[in-house]
Amino acid sequence: MQQRDFDIVIVGGGGAGLRAAIGAAEQAREQNTPQRIALLSKVYPMRSHTVAAEGGAAAVTSAEDTHQAHFDDTVSGGDWLVEQGVVDYFVHHAYQELVQMERWGCPWSRKEDGQVQVRRFGGMKTARTWFAADKTGFHMLHTLFQTSLKYPEIERFDEYFVLDLAVHEGAVIGVIALQVATGELTLLRAKAVVMATGGAGRLFRFNTNAGIVTGDGMAMAYRHGVALRDMEFVQYHPTGLPGSGILITEACRGEGGILLNKDGYRYLQDYGLGPETPLGKPENKYMELGPRDKLSQAFWQEQQAGRTGKFGDSDVVYLDLRHLGETYILERLPFICELAKSYINVDPVKEPIPIRPAVHYTMGGIETDPQCETSIAGLYAAGECASVGLHGANRLGSNSLTELLVFGRLAGEQASQRAAQTEWADSRLLEAQADLQQAALARLCDGEGSSESWVDLKHAMVQAMESGCGIYRTEESMQQALNTIRQLRARFNNIRVNDTSKVFNTELLECIELGYGLDIAEASCLGALERRESRGAHQRLDEGLQVRDDVNYLKHSQVFYRGDAHAELRWQDVDTRFSAPAERVYGDAAKGGKA
Amino acid sequence: MSTDHLQTNHFQTKHISVKRYLPDSSAEPYWQQYELPVDDSTSLLDALNHIKEQLDSTLSYRWSCRMAICGSCGVMVNGIPKLGCKTFLRDYEGEIRIEPLSHFPVQRDLVVDMEIFLEHLAAVKPYLIDDNPVKPYDPKAPETYQQSPEQLARYKQFANCINCGLCYSACPQFGLNPEFLGPAALTLAHRYNLDSRDHGTKQRMTELNRHEGVWSCTFVGFCSKVCPKHVDPAAAVNQSKVESAKHTLIALFKG
Repeated sequence: MQQRDFDIVIVGGGGAGLRAAIGAAEQAREQNTPQRIALLSKVYPMRSHTVAAEGGAAAVTSAEDTHQAHFDDTVSGGDWLVEQGVVDYFVHHAYQELVQMERWGCPWSRKEDGQVQVRRFGGMKTARTWFAADKTGFHMLHTLFQTSLKYPEIERFDEYFVLDLAVHEGAVIGVIALQVATGELTLLRAKAVVMATGGAGRLFRFNTNAGIVTGDGMAMAYRHGVALRDMEFVQYHPTGLPGSGILITEACRGEGGILLNKDGYRYLQDYGLGPETPLGKPENKYMELGPRDKLSQAFWQEQQAGRTGKFGDSDVVYLDLRHLGETYILERLPFICELAKSYINVDPVKEPIPIRPAVHYTMGGIETDPQCETSIAGLYAAGECASVGLHGANRLGSNSLTELLVFGRLAGEQASQRAAQTEWADSRLLEAQADLQQAALARLCDGEGSSESWVDLKHAMVQAMESGCGIYRTEESMQQALNTIRQLRARFNNIRVNDTSKVFNTELLECIELGYGLDIAEASCLGALERRESRGAHQRLDEGLQVRDDVNYLKHSQVFYRGDAHAELRWQDVDTRFSAPAERVYGDAAKGGKA
Repeated sequence: MSTDHLQTNHFQTKHISVKRYLPDSSAEPYWQQYELPVDDSTSLLDALNHIKEQLDSTLSYRWSCRMAICGSCGVMVNGIPKLGCKTFLRDYEGEIRIEPLSHFPVQRDLVVDMEIFLEHLAAVKPYLIDDNPVKPYDPKAPETYQQSPEQLARYKQFANCINCGLCYSACPQFGLNPEFLGPAALTLAHRYNLDSRDHGTKQRMTELNRHEGVWSCTFVGFCSKVCPKHVDPAAAVNQSKVESAKHTLIALFKG
């Protein structure tokens, strides 16, 4: 078993992980403490799911815009379930991070005068979203990856799959990873660890997410006693391609695209988002530029009313870009055109794109304090895997790319500061935990055969989550999902893999991911079931529970792991220091109001 | 609204032959055939996932985004490098033969060792080098560079590389000599050299001028044909040759 010592270990090579690595390296230089940083990723960093983000990254940019406005949009967008101190920090650090990306070479789209261009985005009061055509995440990820190559103190472990954190007396002391190419375990001793492992969209059947988005880091922290917070809030993106769920960016609507039902009617005006805005003149926080939760809910209502069309087996509505004209569409949305043509044989220049909501983003995650530290000393989390408290009950589009910069950097800096004041733990402590992992792997691969198939369990999980915890939920549907997930967790103990080889055993990895997924699925279902109100992305159809209930539920849910027993839920107060909860309104209804 | 796209799901059976290699259990690669139901929308990646989940869980391959942006799922399809997620079985008659990407060492099944590719990328210093910036970045007073849409357009296409490695499988020179920096790395160098914000051309030229740099390219152009993102690495490499020649000449005159 290979053993290596690092000051800081970062798990995950997407945007947050890379930004954390660079942030840590810069911090170590600044504080004159040479530090070694390990960056582990189960895929090559440029494969990370940040790559698929399309629309852009938000920051107050124009002279007319204010931090207060970005704060208010984010707080009301999250239906007041956000940590307001965190949002305040975020909006004040967003711009400098996007400029830093520019200085590292990110090819942001430009105005004629050479300044960075911004576009409109849903739920934002003004245009403040920086973009690089419609491949913003791709360009940010590659810029970060390529910039990270400048730092010799960052050592990459590409295609290392982290199996567990090593924790001793309430502090993290390292990680245990499987080298995918060889099947060998590697122990990395560390003084600080940053989790940047992304979301958990693959818990659901129909989603926009890459295959790797399986919630691994969330499960690892959770199993060591860190709370998963607000896991009931799962974002449905209103515009995914039918069949695959491939993302069609919100920027389509930011640029003026409209949504039509099967009768060609702009139905959003019937859902508190109107009045209808003139064609080609999108208005912030009206109609198609409403927030994602409300747009996905409107789809569901149209579907129930029989006003959706059909594409193959899918119920769809239509995203119409045609009035924007070919030149503009190809300049601003080239990737969308490529995706629609390749995957559903529709040319957005000539035809409306059939779309439907798809699971997109995990608002909840590993609970951290405002400095990204978890309840385990030295363990930090940033990006989609974390719940630092930025998104609350519904994330606004283009806040998450900025989030992974602002909080990736912060987590990296914090980790570096801690590492400068901490000693490595006794390596025998790590070895003991590694032995446990080795035993668990040996059991999965003992060649005994299994009465259970991981494929069946996985399909049962994603189906249960979709049926029980979708855009609208009921007490019964969530209870059913929770029961199913608990049964599946018990059955998972009988799983064995057929493939017992060491080299690139992807069946083994899928099984481990499934185990992670089932644990956090329980947390998600439990949070959903216990939240007896409707807020943001959590909407109940149950009588009397269809509205927000601040008296009882202006609280974060925290779910704690209890091994084979049922997970435990607690409630946590929300930081509302700057803005008292108010009605969340869009369209004309918001006129004169703060929201 | 239009109902032209009411697809009827015509499933038909297709045969896929996959070149397997399991270093734990057999010294030599072998071909394995799978039979599976496909419809008009089935991508090769969908087919591989079907095999993995329904027919043979031991088949290994890389994939992730399934939307042609992460660059994971490159394989040879009837001898041509392709992304699995952007290859549709409807476009193939008869048997389809799938192999790991050419010119890379095979680790297992369709998984190849990409380390040399990563080394080549890193070798060209693919990051903005601003040795003499007008104003160093200051987080307290952040300020962007200016870059006009025309300046952006000069390099934008070359910044669209997803690092899938298909061009290396298409490149006969890389096949002969893996030390050749290859299409993607040279394109990336060119992307930064063309960026109005960059001052690193001179540093990169040392790598580019080597025999294993731009001069190994014999302009076959297959790299550009197989590129799934229309990056046109052949154009980048040959524009770089002009730059490289200029730098060499200037260096000569400077003595």
